[in-house]
Amino acid sequence: MEFRPTIGLETHVQLATATKLFCGCANRFGDAPNTLVCPVCTGQPGVLPVLNRQALELGIRAALALDAELAPFTKFDRKHYFYPDLPKGFQISQFDLPFAHGGGIRLDDGTFVRLRRIHLEEDAGKGIHDRGDSTLVDLNRAGVPLLEIVTEPDVHSSEQAYDYLTKLKERLRFAGISECDMEKGSLRCDVNVSIHPVGQDGFGTRCEIKNLNSFAMVRRALEYEIARQTQLLESGGRVVQETRTWRDAEGRTETMRSKEEAQDYRYFPEPDLPPLTIDAQLIAAIRTQLPESADTRRARYQAMGLNSEELQTLTLDRASGDWFESLAKACGEAKAAAVWTCGEVNRLRNERNCSFSDLPITPAQVASVIALAKSGRASVSAARQVFNALVASPSKTADSLLNELGLEQVSDTGAIEAAVAEVLAANEKAVAEYRAGKEKAAGSLMGQVMKKMGGRANPAIVQEALKRLLAGG
Amino acid sequence: MTDLTPPAMDPAVVARLARLDLTDDEKARLRREFDGLLRYFAQIQSVDTTGVEPMVYPVPLQNVLRDDLVRPSTPREEILRNAPGAGGGEFFRVPKVLES
Repeated sequence: MEFRPTIGLETHVQLATATKLFCGCANRFGDAPNTLVCPVCTGQPGVLPVLNRQALELGIRAALALDAELAPFTKFDRKHYFYPDLPKGFQISQFDLPFAHGGGIRLDDGTFVRLRRIHLEEDAGKGIHDRGDSTLVDLNRAGVPLLEIVTEPDVHSSEQAYDYLTKLKERLRFAGISECDMEKGSLRCDVNVSIHPVGQDGFGTRCEIKNLNSFAMVRRALEYEIARQTQLLESGGRVVQETRTWRDAEGRTETMRSKEEAQDYRYFPEPDLPPLTIDAQLIAAIRTQLPESADTRRARYQAMGLNSEELQTLTLDRASGDWFESLAKACGEAKAAAVWTCGEVNRLRNERNCSFSDLPITPAQVASVIALAKSGRASVSAARQVFNALVASPSKTADSLLNELGLEQVSDTGAIEAAVAEVLAANEKAVAEYRAGKEKAAGSLMGQVMKKMGGRANPAIVQEALKRLLAGG
Repeated sequence: MTDLTPPAMDPAVVARLARLDLTDDEKARLRREFDGLLRYFAQIQSVDTTGVEPMVYPVPLQNVLRDDLVRPSTPREEILRNAPGAGGGEFFRVPKVLES
């Protein structure tokens, strides 16, 4: 019997706000434990949460970036459960009136993955379980604004799940909603998967998988889990509804907790937070601030004549494209700007292991290097050397470095012709060969002229002079 | 005539959800109190609300927002002062829980 998997993805994204969702503590990763806390986010009695405007606006922006529909009226609810990283004994979340629903993402294979809902909620703190006999709790993360994005059951393979996550991340990063850095936990993903016989209606019993720390892990865990469930059903067993954890080192999932007993979160409306109305005016205002999507950018760059490799590098993140565009503006030539951004600039970025926005050289500086090459004063390789020198001495100019390094290209036709004549005179054999039809011989002659001129001769002029003198005799 | 019998509410279930350990006497008392409370709700529920928009918030307020500006957090010593077992350290300390 053939089975078809059905996969649901639940993604949590930390919003790139300055402060937490309901208090003024900084929303920042990596600070000393319990230094970004206050009475509100540690759940002290008598405190009052107040919603962060920017979190709401980023949420709306995310909904727009995902083509979702915004609810005109929305509210927060309390979701009750007990865990030491949740100081209040409940999480402020959204239950029956999420602020957005619908929308979705088109995958490479044409499948449209619909979104069931998008809601806002607060993050929990972080428990540390591997130090001594106690669990240690850091509440810096407690109260950080989270977006929960839930798909409809439209994903049917691990590949599609991977593609969905990649595209979701790109949309959210380009819209400036979140860094979506899984290593820092600003994007987290749980998946559920079930299989059922092809051609039959309904869904099989599903398992939820947690502890997925990268998209590659999501893919591996799904592959394993689909195989596990298939084997179970084929051997006459049944799938038990449960939460499983992914053990990446061992390459398998294992039971974490059984879901036999349905959780009762005792949701009720959060009495400390008045509801929200999202009107068309606010939506329109946020829509005008929505940055260009990666897809739109790719289409625009393609129309500029960039190749697919360049498109890929320049849409890795928003900063790469922004950098390219500043350079294109400064040097007035998109193609050259793309070649340099994807070449020398990107190589430097890789070397420094930094983002395009943190490079030690500016687009204006690179434009001045490109200008040297364009005017013929520097060869391509000389321009690269000037670029590197400029990175090392950013206070100098490309012009002065060209002189300093003695790299200025010789375009003086007279000097070049003299050198060519000398080389031809010294290489009668090669000249004779060329004239006998062996055009290859020109190559070695060209090399000798370049060598004679210390590699600084303008190759186009050398070539032209060589041809002319060889032809003219 | 509308049925005013409240739905059953088991104190044992509620206690487990709230992580409370109750004696049988306490459970019996709570059962009586819950029944009384639920009768009030059943009475409210019997009112015909056809055409009345559901109210999610009792105060006529909405869109109460604050600007995204960082305010100083509370010093750690102060926040941890009331936490048993923190012992002047950097963390809240609780009995070991299984990694989940």
